Amino acid sequence: MRRWLTDPWRKPRLLEALVWGYLAWSVLPVAIAVWFSFNSGRSRSSWQGFSLRWYWQDPVLSVWHDPDLQRALLHSLRLAVLTTLVAVPLGVAFAIGLDRWRGRLAAGFNFQMLLSFVLPEILLAVALLFLFTNLLKAVQLGTWAQLLGLVTFQLSYPVIICRARMLSIGREYEEAAMDLGASPTRALRHVLLPLLSPAIFASAVLVFADVIDDFVLVRYLSADAASEPMSVKIYNTARASPTPALNALATIMLFSSLVAIALGFFVYRRLTRGERSQESTVEGFAAQI
Amino acid sequence: MATTQAPPPAPAPGEAGPKPPHGRGARRASARAGAWQPRWFWPSFALPGMVWLVVLFLLPFYVVLAIAFGAIDPLFRTPVPVWNPVEWNPFQFQLLFDRIFGPGGFLGPAFVRTFAYVAAASALCLVVAYPVAYYVTRYAGRRKGVLLVALLAPFWVSYMMRMLAWVNLLESDGMVNRLLLGAGILREPFPWLAGQPVTVTLGLVYGYIPYMVLALYAGLNGVDQRLLEAARDLGASRRRTFLLVTLPLSRQAILAGLVVTSLPMFGDYFTNDLLSGSPRTSMVGNLVNDAIASPGQGGQAAALVLIMIVLLAVPIVAYIRATSRASREVGR
Repeated sequence: MRRWLTDPWRKPRLLEALVWGYLAWSVLPVAIAVWFSFNSGRSRSSWQGFSLRWYWQDPVLSVWHDPDLQRALLHSLRLAVLTTLVAVPLGVAFAIGLDRWRGRLAAGFNFQMLLSFVLPEILLAVALLFLFTNLLKAVQLGTWAQLLGLVTFQLSYPVIICRARMLSIGREYEEAAMDLGASPTRALRHVLLPLLSPAIFASAVLVFADVIDDFVLVRYLSADAASEPMSVKIYNTARASPTPALNALATIMLFSSLVAIALGFFVYRRLTRGERSQESTVEGFAAQI
Repeated sequence: MATTQAPPPAPAPGEAGPKPPHGRGARRASARAGAWQPRWFWPSFALPGMVWLVVLFLLPFYVVLAIAFGAIDPLFRTPVPVWNPVEWNPFQFQLLFDRIFGPGGFLGPAFVRTFAYVAAASALCLVVAYPVAYYVTRYAGRRKGVLLVALLAPFWVSYMMRMLAWVNLLESDGMVNRLLLGAGILREPFPWLAGQPVTVTLGLVYGYIPYMVLALYAGLNGVDQRLLEAARDLGASRRRTFLLVTLPLSRQAILAGLVVTSLPMFGDYFTNDLLSGSPRTSMVGNLVNDAIASPGQGGQAAALVLIMIVLLAVPIVAYIRATSRASREVGR
């Protein structure tokens, strides 16, 4: 026993057990919730056999047949796609501009961008709600207000990720291109943007997955039941004796983010294939996050 | 910054663009990165983002100010924004402070509770996440990638789904109660979801611990392994190496982790709503949400938002300064 305790190379069994315990604790509850979405009964705590009743077999209550749940699902996807399409180009241009244009104004806007990243979401959500109801009344609450709000909240992802990548790229490649006669615009298009593409891609995946799960902003900026996405549906019904259809909805949500991330990871690997092996592994992808 | 000398003409679109200028001026220009472009070249990339942030990030908070210091419609009792700062009136804050500190102030306990829950939850996050992050950086070996994926997985599961999962487990006939009854620990089902501070605190831990794990992982991964080897070579025990080398070197990561987990907790109201739903456990976030939901209380919501910003300003600014300093050092 004593020898084992003082052995400098002993394996950290206790630590290992703790890690496995942590992983079980973090994954099991969700796994159980997914499992019960396949329950054939109404209960979400006692198993009554496997069925796809809550996905589409039930003619009234299943996700497929309940127009409310279906609308929520589509609205989540719509917001995620639209936000990604707006926030990523805007953020990439913003990152390039801020990175190259060094000045007080740029530093101020960089600070603002970081502020929007760490500020608790509810504060921004309340502020935007007041903006759209008191000042910019032309923007109707609903999809438009949600889109504007989500882009504001997500803008920092592409900016932070692209700026980090630009730091590691450096300016040499671009300068070489310009020494060889490329205009700044061409150097940007043919040198910087291709080098930046893994970061752009990673941030698009992140924004997409994050918007699918967004709750606070979209709830405050929604107008009616038609503009309530899945997260809000779960919130509204989680404590009001829901059926496993809610678990089914959450499971669909889970798989759509997981598919986005997995696809993102494989494309990211392809994009960074030629680089040091470390960059193209999970770790590199995680570092982007 | 571009130098003040005359900028070269803008490149013709689609053409190969002008060659870098030759001569004395050119040498001076090429000594400075970015001097080939006209001065407005890089700022023009940032312009759309800047306009966006001014209109949709700065302006909204001005509206909050205008409402918090604004007036009340005499007929409908709804808040009316006052745009001119000269006419601002602090009566919303007087009302709010009465409700917090005054006799029978029913908002005061929520503030105390918020600090207690957030402090307990982020401390728990740190205690649980540190060993996990430590193991993954130091001992995971070839399984590092797999473990990282597992640690990142909660990020891609919707927060609402993770809370829903616990609602299912903690219901009075849920699995947790059945397990505890079956093991003989409980005699009758425990009402986990009926306003229990323990449930809310653990819910917050479950919700935000991934941020802590990631912050600590990033910090611990950056610790130079050679320093640890040196400490061991010089005769320090495992424990002393950890206490004297690893822990001090990860101080920055610990602080960052505490900030990134506690900031969202301060603004959280949905964890509370789902796992408790009772006013006995309501937090500041719940106060904001209730004020938004009840008609005529918009002014109170705005005042609460401003108070939260003031309370959180110090950790937020400290965190932003620390991260931008760190990224500058990386760039060097």
